[in-house]
Amino acid sequence: MTITQSYLNNLMASVGYFAPEIAIVVTFIVAILFDLMFKKSKNIAAYISIIGLIITGFILSGNIGISKSLFDGLIVVDPYSTFFKFLFLITTILIMVMSLSYKELYDNNRKVGEYYSMLVGITFGMFLLASAVNLITIYLSIEILSLSSYVLAGYTKEIRRASEASLKYVIYGSLSSGIMVYGMSLLYGATMTLDVAKINVAILSGHVELFPIIIGGLMILVGFGYKMSAVPFHYWTPDVYEGAPITITSYLSVASKAAGFAVFIRFFKDLYLLPATSDINIWNTISNFHWQTIVAVLSVLTMTVGNFVALWQENVKRLLAYSSIAHAGYILMAVVVMTNVGITSILLYFVFYMIMNLGAFFVAQLFANKIGSDDLKDYIGLGYRSPVLAVLMTVFLISLTGLPPTAGFIGKFYIFTAVLDKGFVWLAVIGVLNSVVSLFYYAKIFRNMFLRSVADDTKNNFKFSAPAFPLSIAYVLAFATILFGLYFSPILNWAENSVTMFK
Amino acid sequence: MNNIPLEYYIALSGILFTIGTLGVILRRNAIIVFMSLEIMLNSVNLAFISFARYLGDTSGEIFVFFVMAVAAAESAIGLAIILALFRKKQTIYVDEVNVLKH
Repeated sequence: MTITQSYLNNLMASVGYFAPEIAIVVTFIVAILFDLMFKKSKNIAAYISIIGLIITGFILSGNIGISKSLFDGLIVVDPYSTFFKFLFLITTILIMVMSLSYKELYDNNRKVGEYYSMLVGITFGMFLLASAVNLITIYLSIEILSLSSYVLAGYTKEIRRASEASLKYVIYGSLSSGIMVYGMSLLYGATMTLDVAKINVAILSGHVELFPIIIGGLMILVGFGYKMSAVPFHYWTPDVYEGAPITITSYLSVASKAAGFAVFIRFFKDLYLLPATSDINIWNTISNFHWQTIVAVLSVLTMTVGNFVALWQENVKRLLAYSSIAHAGYILMAVVVMTNVGITSILLYFVFYMIMNLGAFFVAQLFANKIGSDDLKDYIGLGYRSPVLAVLMTVFLISLTGLPPTAGFIGKFYIFTAVLDKGFVWLAVIGVLNSVVSLFYYAKIFRNMFLRSVADDTKNNFKFSAPAFPLSIAYVLAFATILFGLYFSPILNWAENSVTMFK
Repeated sequence: MNNIPLEYYIALSGILFTIGTLGVILRRNAIIVFMSLEIMLNSVNLAFISFARYLGDTSGEIFVFFVMAVAAAESAIGLAIILALFRKKQTIYVDEVNVLKH
């Protein structure tokens, strides 16, 4: 009886901290119901989802600074997860607002209610993923996140490349999550528990077989690497990013990737961290097995492959897809060091990366609305046809390259500082060289927009701009990109306060 | 049941997992690819169940329920996507679906 009682008490105490997730689920249900009830107003699900997520943000602000383990250790609420949750919320709201002006999505009189409610569903999965500390919750939340993404990637199903992207996504995704869950079964078999913290204790006690733990850890890395689109688990990325609706592409490149990193960092920190020591070098917990080298190799591969393959791309969406792979590589560099400074720089980078990447994709979307194409050759002359949008695009591209005075520079600067701090000079050198390479393909977009002569046919020579509302969002993002390049200490402080879990 | 040692079950699940993985990678028919994915997840279930049984711990069995639910959802979505693609292209062979390859 007392066990039931204590369990109930635990449950009741936990529900309060779980309120943001509950709010998201309520939003999800209400959005679907209203969409069914009010068939005439097309965007009602969108408005309800946006309002619901804003309310969730207010509820979530009640969790700031709280560090607590919920539901018998299934999930935790801590500043680290709260930081990521705010990031997910802002991204989702921005994407929803951007989708409102996306022509391809509204073509053919398509119903869009499910589109917005599915985005809410993804947000729920990412919220859980950021705070998951049990193998069951990690697996489940990755699947919640993936299943909705599969559908959204193929949402414009009349367009063949969207269905194709969706099929490739679902096959690669299921394969990697299958491999991941097999790795989980090995970890479970070796340590007899699903709780990551208890697995850590079991490993540290030294009475377990290390072989299944290493193999299991590698298999789980496949699942996370797929979410982060790290090379060599990136095969799906270019195809899915090119085929999916561009709003979903930008969403996957920011939010889904951030969720992958959130769980990756927390999982390996929890699994291998020695809790007693304050001076940590967590990768060496398992003797004779060099996790750090593996992650460093992943990082180098990811940024090099991403940057070099991007050089040959002729489609802007595909080019930005490879650029986002390269950015995952830069971020992985800071995971290698796994210090407080490193994780702070990752959080900082994700905020800036969100702004500049969403901005770049958004301008590409506004271009696509008018010229109906994402091909690089169709960008020729856009600097004259639509000077405002082209200048905004340039701002985002400068930031993605990592040049001052933009946010991207600050983000990269902190990552390189963290890497050099730990003495990984060779890694930092490779990172800088990669940034130089990335300048070439970002400049390619710039060159096509401004420096190449406009074709003569009058049909494709009309001048255009975007409607006021989408344009103002692009302005805000560009302004934020430059502002955070000059004044970023609030975000830095927030990020620093969010990594207190690394003592 | 306890007469059969744990290693047998784990070996079987490893074999199933290999068959499933190879099926996903090598087969070109999308339906068979999804069947292979199911085999992979079933090998996971077998591993979890046998570990849970031999270790005397129920949480592995609980995991299996979640894996089964997710597997069902995954194949439902996968088949829906195959259907959408089939309407456009009249094929379920993965290698014929190649607009996006460069």
